[in-house]
Amino acid sequence: MLLAPALSVSAVLFTLGVAGVLLRRNAIVIFMCVELMLNAVNLTFVALAQQLGVAGQLFVLFVMAVAAAEAAVGLAIILAIYRHRHTVNLQNINLLKG
Amino acid sequence: MTWLAAHGTEAIFWWFGSLAMVSAALCITRRNPVFSGLWLIVTLFSIAALFVILDAQFIAVLQVLVYAGAIMVLFLFVIMLLNLGRQVTTDLKGPTGAGIAVGLAGLLLFQLLILRHAAPSEVITLPAGSVARLAQEQGLVASIARPLFDTYLLPFEVTSILLLAALVGAVVLAMRKL
Repeated sequence: MLLAPALSVSAVLFTLGVAGVLLRRNAIVIFMCVELMLNAVNLTFVALAQQLGVAGQLFVLFVMAVAAAEAAVGLAIILAIYRHRHTVNLQNINLLKG
Repeated sequence: MTWLAAHGTEAIFWWFGSLAMVSAALCITRRNPVFSGLWLIVTLFSIAALFVILDAQFIAVLQVLVYAGAIMVLFLFVIMLLNLGRQVTTDLKGPTGAGIAVGLAGLLLFQLLILRHAAPSEVITLPAGSVARLAQEQGLVASIARPLFDTYLLPFEVTSILLLAALVGAVVLAMRKL
């Protein structure tokens, strides 16, 4: 069944994604770390789908669609910011800071 | 023989699992965003292999096609379009930021690893191997498509509207001068 190993791998991958978001300043790399977190959650869904039915795999499908939409819009925003400020480093993008 | 088969599967699972974890760690620590992206692709492929072991072959194919094929190409394309490949300075945070990040991540890992022992209640659990059997009876795609176009039809339609909105939004954001 491999439920516990899958949940362990998923937990480590999710943690690495969170660590990446906290550790990096490059907006695109932070985006990739978010994708990593989504994948860790997908792994959990698939692992539990073995015991709880195919619905878990369907949710992975929906998560993938949302991730694709998020990547398209997010990268368009990053492109727009880059055209405006010529950087993707979050240290230099602080318009909302008082 | 069954013992050997079971443990062989577990060994393969751990091999791909460790590959995923190691390449994810390399992904978040490489200075060059292109290398980060390439290591993330390795992670995504390993996760696809894990999906195959977990009886989700169709999802594994989608993982390779959608994630490694489409989304990561988009990422690498943007990285190369913005010419971020040659980073002279690292964008990793300093000792204080890194310490806070590792501390918070360690706390989260501790909490998540407790959940590893979670087991679904016997009442709602299906008998072992029933998902694999369903895929064998109905076919890999049909076993997923049937509930998708039946029970989950409304979420499916909403997803298509979401994708349309994202498409239009991305074009508008990329075309207009902000």
